[in-house]
Amino acid sequence: MSDHILEMRHITKTFPGVRALSDVNFAVRRGEIHCLVGENGAGKSTLMKILSGVYPHSEFEGSIIFNGREVRFNGIHDSEKAGIGIIYQELALVPEMTVFENIMLGHEIRRGIVVDQNQMIKKSEELLKRVRLSINPTMKVKDLGIGKQQLVEIAKALSRNVSLLILDEPTAALNEDDCDNLLNILRELKGQGVTCIMISHKLKEVLSIADTITVLRDGQTICTMDRKADNVNEQVLIKHMVGRSIENIYPPRESKPSDEVVLEVRDWNAYDATLGRKVLNNVNFRVHKGEIVGLAGLVGSGRTELARSLFGNPDGYHLQGEVYLKGQKCSFRHPKEAIRSGLAYASEDRKRNGLILIQSIQYNISLANLDGVSRNGIINEELDKQTANEFVKSLLIKTPGIHQLVMNLSGGNQQKVSVAKWLFVGPDLLIFDEPTRGIDVGAKYEIYTIMNQLVAKGMSILMISSELPEILGMSDRIYVVANGHITGELDARSATQEAVMQLATQY
Amino acid sequence: MNELRTVLRKNVREYGMYFALALIMAVFTILTNGRFISSRNMANLLNQTGYIAVLAVGMTLVIIIRHIDLSVGFLSGFLGAIAAIALAQWHWPAWAAILLVLAMGIAAGILTAFPVARLGIPAFVASLAGWLIYRGALMLVTAATGTIIVPNESFNAIGTGYIPDLFPSQTFLPELHKTTLIIGAIAIVLFIIGQINDRKRKMQYNFEVLSAGLFTAKLVFISAILGFITWILAGYNGMSWTVVIMLAVVLVYDFITRRTVIGRHIYAVGGNPEAAELSGINVKNITMLVFASMGFLSALAGILFTARLKSATPQAGTLFELDAIAAAYIGGVSAAGGIGTVTGSLIGALVYMSLMNGMNLLGTDISLQYVIRGLVLLFAVIFDVSTRKRKS
Ligand SMILES: Nc1ncnc2c1ncn2[C@@H]1O[C@H](COP(=O)(O)OP(=O)(O)OP(=O)(O)O)[C@@H](O)[C@H]1O
Ligand SMILES: [Mg+2]
Repeated sequence: MSDHILEMRHITKTFPGVRALSDVNFAVRRGEIHCLVGENGAGKSTLMKILSGVYPHSEFEGSIIFNGREVRFNGIHDSEKAGIGIIYQELALVPEMTVFENIMLGHEIRRGIVVDQNQMIKKSEELLKRVRLSINPTMKVKDLGIGKQQLVEIAKALSRNVSLLILDEPTAALNEDDCDNLLNILRELKGQGVTCIMISHKLKEVLSIADTITVLRDGQTICTMDRKADNVNEQVLIKHMVGRSIENIYPPRESKPSDEVVLEVRDWNAYDATLGRKVLNNVNFRVHKGEIVGLAGLVGSGRTELARSLFGNPDGYHLQGEVYLKGQKCSFRHPKEAIRSGLAYASEDRKRNGLILIQSIQYNISLANLDGVSRNGIINEELDKQTANEFVKSLLIKTPGIHQLVMNLSGGNQQKVSVAKWLFVGPDLLIFDEPTRGIDVGAKYEIYTIMNQLVAKGMSILMISSELPEILGMSDRIYVVANGHITGELDARSATQEAVMQLATQY
Repeated sequence: MNELRTVLRKNVREYGMYFALALIMAVFTILTNGRFISSRNMANLLNQTGYIAVLAVGMTLVIIIRHIDLSVGFLSGFLGAIAAIALAQWHWPAWAAILLVLAMGIAAGILTAFPVARLGIPAFVASLAGWLIYRGALMLVTAATGTIIVPNESFNAIGTGYIPDLFPSQTFLPELHKTTLIIGAIAIVLFIIGQINDRKRKMQYNFEVLSAGLFTAKLVFISAILGFITWILAGYNGMSWTVVIMLAVVLVYDFITRRTVIGRHIYAVGGNPEAAELSGINVKNITMLVFASMGFLSALAGILFTARLKSATPQAGTLFELDAIAAAYIGGVSAAGGIGTVTGSLIGALVYMSLMNGMNLLGTDISLQYVIRGLVLLFAVIFDVSTRKRKS
């Protein structure tokens, strides 16, 4: 028997109408990196929330053995005291505070009754060194990129002297460089004796970093594998995760785009007055009917800014240039006008500005097209429910019912609700910002299939994605954006990752 | 039985409020040897509740969209004074004075909303400025005369009058107000028909409905309550105009929030303004609309209060805003936005005013009254938060 730092035995957890975990066993050896994979809604986050005490001991069945002793956590404080640190997918930093204040938050070093700033800065510097981040600890967190913020989170966890670190989808929002960097840090921490549990949907990175991999499906442990000994590869993982093998990650498309131009953008410029700089520079591009156009580029290159500036400009940029939708020149002053004219924008951050988490699936689906379920401003409740039910069925949204609050759905199912919302609007062009962020392979495949069906019906899709394989696998044509410029146009059939990356790093 | 338990558990927050109201009423009834539940006192209680309930309804929407409006108290005081001046000094007819004041209320609401929606000024600050301004304005317009007596009887009837009995009869139930009974009966019939239709439509679409037994029990229970209230009111002078206006406001706003596109937009803006904006909802316009409605209801509350006192005083409206906010919170509105109902706020207002009314009947010391009201508010919100946590 090897030395286990953690064993979770016979864990069962139910929510009203949902059995999230049933009789799950999960064991982690000391000093390893253990990856937890599984479809959306498989119960990964729930298992980790149980471990970290978010769901107190009275709310689930089963036992947790940590460092050889049975533990009962009643809150995150208890688990923290025991040496377990958790980093959620949604970062929990205070943007307006400095890096060192964030790191020491709740554990301030005191001298008498006043906090000892200098001591705290010094301690923070040491911790930042451990995650190889060379920044000034007195910077504000909001001025850091998302990759660096992630590292600050880790430094914060380390300040608590954790022996077990849990990371829930730490790389979902990171670009490739930041991902590689983060994985290296984790390897170093492992060298220093920190055990890690990492949840991820990116199977490549799982295979590169994991010592052990546990697969969850439908709230049950399917298997635990030793990566080296069992010779795990992507196909095997996918098969365990979804219960069947997926031959083609990108489903083939039958339909061909037509020559008809749906969207044409000419000499488009945007100036952000709050940042005091131009975010878009002489952008020219077009999208045809029935076409999927990929917008590639690094995080922060201006792709989302481009999408939002077209979609009614909610950020209030100063705009210059011309936009033609279906041959008609337009200048939208509000997303409402854009939607009316047949443009839709599914945002990259579904939690922050895509969905209304405290409302039901039903309310979210019809929100952008309430005219479709109402007459004279009065909502036809039954029609509304019927609409929601149909989408739940056709998109295979996993939920006990349309009254379920969106915040109780897993990430992939939330994304499907967001898709349903825009499908119900029935746009001519859907701008799809990071359509598969935080989504498992099975659900990805479903979303891709839906995209193919939509373009076959004559809709067009402008897809923004930071995952190069996705851009190459799904698009007809690709535009590369760098620093607010379009640096190139590629045919997806002949494009390579290298060609895209070269254009993406031109500025 | 099992079904009943799950239904209760699912709606524990909603039913909890009704239960609390029933409990408070029962306790006061016992403590006052039945004086509390007497027809005369119930009529009085409902009339007292009128202006607070009207304000609480408006405040509910404001809080749902994550704002607050502190100016409503003195705004209603000020507008009540304007109405009194129009009637007493300019000798306007009642309808003209009412229209003027309602229009001014809407304008005042838009004025508060403007810096909030367009310039991003926190509503707390913008409406605090309003609080100071309207307080000054109220003192100014009443400075020359002090209290202004309203001579117009039809205006005063809004606050003190009762609907006429169209079928007076000395022989059939001589003690009771027949029109009120008829209205109550119609309300019960409409309620039952509406519920049955709703259930039928749901079954057509194969949606989940209550079992026949539980459904009948619910119909009987609520009909009985409606009947009881009607009976009590009919035992005094019948329904007052204040009650009619209050019910109309609640019904209209309840319909708007639950059944209309605007209502959905309001909840969406409260739930996540950014997502609402990107879904094609004009958040600024919704904000303007909600504050305009708040101004309108402040004017209405001012009219009710002035008519009730038959006069306007320099102190009118003091602390109304806090009473309305308290009622809305007791009624289950969430400070984080996006959650709350109009009917809940009506119940909240009733709970709040029942406490005041009951303690007055008991002759409780005023200082103790404040302490108890504070505790009830605190308890209600704690209950609210904890039940909501358990649900999610
Ligand atoms: N608070 C809750 N109330 C009701 N159901 C919930 C709640 N939290 C999670 N669930 C349900 O439990 C199941 C497991 O969810 P969980 O978040 O653990 O999935 P996950 O494996 O982390 O998925 P993802 O990869 O999408 O993040 C899902 O079906 C989800 O809808
Ligand atoms: Mg998760």
